[in-house]
Amino acid sequence: MQHIINILVENKFGVLSRVSGLFSGRGFNIETISVGPTLDPSMSQMTIITMGDERIIEQIIKQLNKLIDVIKVVDLSEKDYIVRETALIKIHTSRPEDRGEALRITEIFRARVVDSTPATYTIEITGDENKIDAIINLLRPLGIKDIVRTGKIAIAREEMKAVALQEAKKIRA
Amino acid sequence: MKITGAEILIESLKKEGVDTVFGIPGGVVLQIFDALYNEKDLRFILTRHEQGAAHAADGYARAKGKPGVALVTSGPGATNIVTGIANAHMDSIPIVVITGQVATRMIGNDAFQEADIVGITRPCTKYNFLVKDVDELAKTIKEAFYIASTGRPGPVLVDLPKDVSGARTDFVYPEKVSLRSYNPTYYGNKWQIKQAAQAIVRAKRPVIYAGGGVILSKASEALKELAEVNEIPVTLTLMGLGGFPGTHPLFLGMLGMHGTYAANMAVHDSDLLIAIGSRFDDRVTGKVTEFAPKAHIIHIDIDPTNIRKNIHVDTPIVGDVKNVLTELNKELKAFEESRGQGIKERKPWHAQIKAWEEEHPLAYKKSNKTIKPQYVIEKIYELTGGDAIVATDVGQHQMWVAQYFKFDRPGTNLTSGGLGTMGFGFPAAIGAQIACPDKLVFNVAGDGSFQMNVQELATAVLNKLPVKVAIINNGSLGMVRQWQELFFNRHYSGSILDGTPDYVKLAEAYGAVGLRAKSPSEVERVIKEAISIKRPVVMDFVVDPEENVFPMVPAGGANADMIFEEASQGEKEKGTGKKGRKNSVLPA
Ligand SMILES: Cc1ncc(C[n+]2csc(CCOP(=O)(O)OP(=O)(O)O)c2C)c(N)n1
Repeated sequence: MQHIINILVENKFGVLSRVSGLFSGRGFNIETISVGPTLDPSMSQMTIITMGDERIIEQIIKQLNKLIDVIKVVDLSEKDYIVRETALIKIHTSRPEDRGEALRITEIFRARVVDSTPATYTIEITGDENKIDAIINLLRPLGIKDIVRTGKIAIAREEMKAVALQEAKKIRA
Repeated sequence: MKITGAEILIESLKKEGVDTVFGIPGGVVLQIFDALYNEKDLRFILTRHEQGAAHAADGYARAKGKPGVALVTSGPGATNIVTGIANAHMDSIPIVVITGQVATRMIGNDAFQEADIVGITRPCTKYNFLVKDVDELAKTIKEAFYIASTGRPGPVLVDLPKDVSGARTDFVYPEKVSLRSYNPTYYGNKWQIKQAAQAIVRAKRPVIYAGGGVILSKASEALKELAEVNEIPVTLTLMGLGGFPGTHPLFLGMLGMHGTYAANMAVHDSDLLIAIGSRFDDRVTGKVTEFAPKAHIIHIDIDPTNIRKNIHVDTPIVGDVKNVLTELNKELKAFEESRGQGIKERKPWHAQIKAWEEEHPLAYKKSNKTIKPQYVIEKIYELTGGDAIVATDVGQHQMWVAQYFKFDRPGTNLTSGGLGTMGFGFPAAIGAQIACPDKLVFNVAGDGSFQMNVQELATAVLNKLPVKVAIINNGSLGMVRQWQELFFNRHYSGSILDGTPDYVKLAEAYGAVGLRAKSPSEVERVIKEAISIKRPVVMDFVVDPEENVFPMVPAGGANADMIFEEASQGEKEKGTGKKGRKNSVLPA
C-alpha cells in the first residue's frame, strides 16, 4: 500500500542523504520525495511517498525516527490528509486550433498558462495525482514537448472538532 | 585565552575522561599530534594499521564499558578505519573516531588524501560530523561522546579539517547536551511490563534468550535475578556470552547455528520466549518461520527498530534492558505467593531440558595424537580458571571459544558478532589489555585471521602488553573449509592456507615470545608457560586440520534440525535432524 510520510528534520547539511541513504540501504523504495523549508528556519519538512506492507512501513517509520537528525515522523496515511503536486507541461501549439483547445483544457482544469510562444504554451497545474494525469492525457494529442512534476506534498486535514474549538476561542477572545 | 582546535580536541577528550587514544598520524592531523606531544594525561598508542586502531578502541570499550577513541589522518587513514567502524556499528560498541580532513576550502576538490569519509561512513556510524568551524568543535566532541554512549551505543565519527584544528578560539566545554531529535526511550511501558510479568507467571515452558544488550546496559545482575527467582532457563547469543554465568545451572549454552542442542530445542518448544537485548539475527533464528513457533514472545530492547524487524513479537517493550528488567523483577514480586506453584508446574520442562542436555551434550572426539582445537580452549579455560578476557577472531575457533569457554562475567568475551570481522581479535585484545592492565588477556585466533592484523605484534611488544595469542593453526580458513566440505563437495577452493609463516619465528622477529604445541601432551605446558611470561606471547597450536564445528544448523535450516558429527560420539541418532556427515580427508 502507498504511504505518505511527513518527516520534520534538522535543516542541516547531509540530512537528505541520511534519509535517502536509509531507504536505499535497507531496500525501501521512494516513489517521490520533496523537501522544503518550514516556518522555523532550523528545520525542514520532507514528504516521502513510499510503498510497502504494514511490516515494512513500521520499519521505515522506526528507522526514520532512529535517525539522529529526524525530529518527527508522521504517517499521514493513518489520517485524513490533503495531497498536492504541481506539474509544468510544455505543449506544441503551432496550429491555431490547438491553441484554442489547449486553452479550453486549461480552463476546465483550472490550470494556468504561465508561458507562451507562437509555437508553445507552458501550463501550470496543481492538484492530486489523478487530476494531473487527466490533464496530461487530454493534452497529449496536441503534442507534449516536456513535463516536469514536483514530488507530492501533503498535510493532515485539521479535525473539525479542533477547528470548532479554535473558532470558539477566537470568539471568546 | 584562545587555543587551537587541536588543543581544544585534546582538552575535550580529557573532559570526557579519555585516557588512551589509538591511531596513526598523517599530514592533516600534524597539528593534533603536536598538541599530543607533551600531553601527560592522554596516552597515545601507535598502531601499525588504522584497522588495528579501531579494533583496539573497540576492544578497550568492550572491556572497560566506556567509549574507546581512535585518531587517524584523512584519505587512506580514514578509509583504512572503515572496517573497524562498521564492526563497532554492528555490535553496538561505543567508539569515537576522529579523522583528519583536508582544509575546508579544499573539500570537494579531490585534494591530496581527500576522502569523503562522512559520506562513506554514514551508513556504518551511529552518527557522524564534519566540523567546519572551530567554535563548534568542543560542542561536537561533547555530542559525539553522548551519542556514542547513550541509547543503543555505537560508533561516532568526527571529521576535522586541517584548518579547523589550526584555528584558535576560546575553549568552553559544554556542561550538558540536548538534542531535540535524539531521545532514546530508557524506561519501558508500565502496562507492557505488567503484561510480560503475567505471561511469565503463566508460562509452563519459558526460556530467556539474551544478547549483547544485557552487557551494554550492565544488566547481568537483573537478568540473573529474573532467571533465578522464576527458575527460567537462559540461553545467550554469541554477543551475550558473559551476560549470564556460563557455569550457572540454568544456563543452556549458546543458541543458533552452532548453539547447543538443548538451547535450540528449548527455544523451539518454549511457550514463552523472553528476548532481552537481542535482535533475532539470522545466525540465531535459522529459518525464521520455525523459530520458537509455539512461543508467546516478549522482546525487550532499547532500539525500537529491532522489534518486529525479523519476527513477530507479542509483547514488545522498548527501554534500557537494565531498567526494564529491574521493573519487571519488581512487578513479579506481586506474584510471590503463587510462584511456588508455578515453578512446580514447570518441573517437567526442566526435566525435558535436562534430557536434551544429556542426549546431545557438546562433545568432540578426543585424541592423544593430534591436538583437538576444542581441547585447547578447554585447557585455556581450565588453566585460567575462566578468569581471563578472551578476544577471538572469526571462524571455527570463534565458535569453539563460544562453546567451550564458560564466560562468567560481562566484558570478558570480546568477539566480532555482527560483522564477523577476521582480524578483530588481536587488536581488540591489545585494547582490552590497555583498558584492564591487571587482567589476563587472551586472543584465540585462527591462523587466517591472525595474519590479517599480525602487524600489531609491534604495538603489543612496544607497549609491553602481555597479551597471549593462541593460534588455532589448522592450516586453512577453517570455517570456509568446513562449509566446502559439507555443502560444496569438498572443493577446497581458496580455503587452504599454504605458505603460512613459522609463527614462533614471526613472534620472535617482533620481539615477542613464540611457543608451539604439536601434540596434546604439550598443550598444557605451553599455556602455563605463556601465562607465566609477562610479555606478549604467541602460541602456535598445530591442530587437527579436519576438525569441524558441531552441532550445526545449515544456513536457512530450522534450528531444530541440527546436524551432529557422527565421529564425535560414534554412530548417533539425532534429535529431529538429518544424518550427520563423515569428516573428509583434506587433499594433500
Ligand atoms: C575480513 C573477512 N574476510 C573474510 C571472511 C570470511 N570468512 C569467515 S570465517 C573465514 C575463515 C577464518 O579462518 P581462520 O581465521 O583461520 O579461522 P578458522 O575458521 O580456521 O578457525 C573466512 C575467510 C571474514 N569473516 N572476514
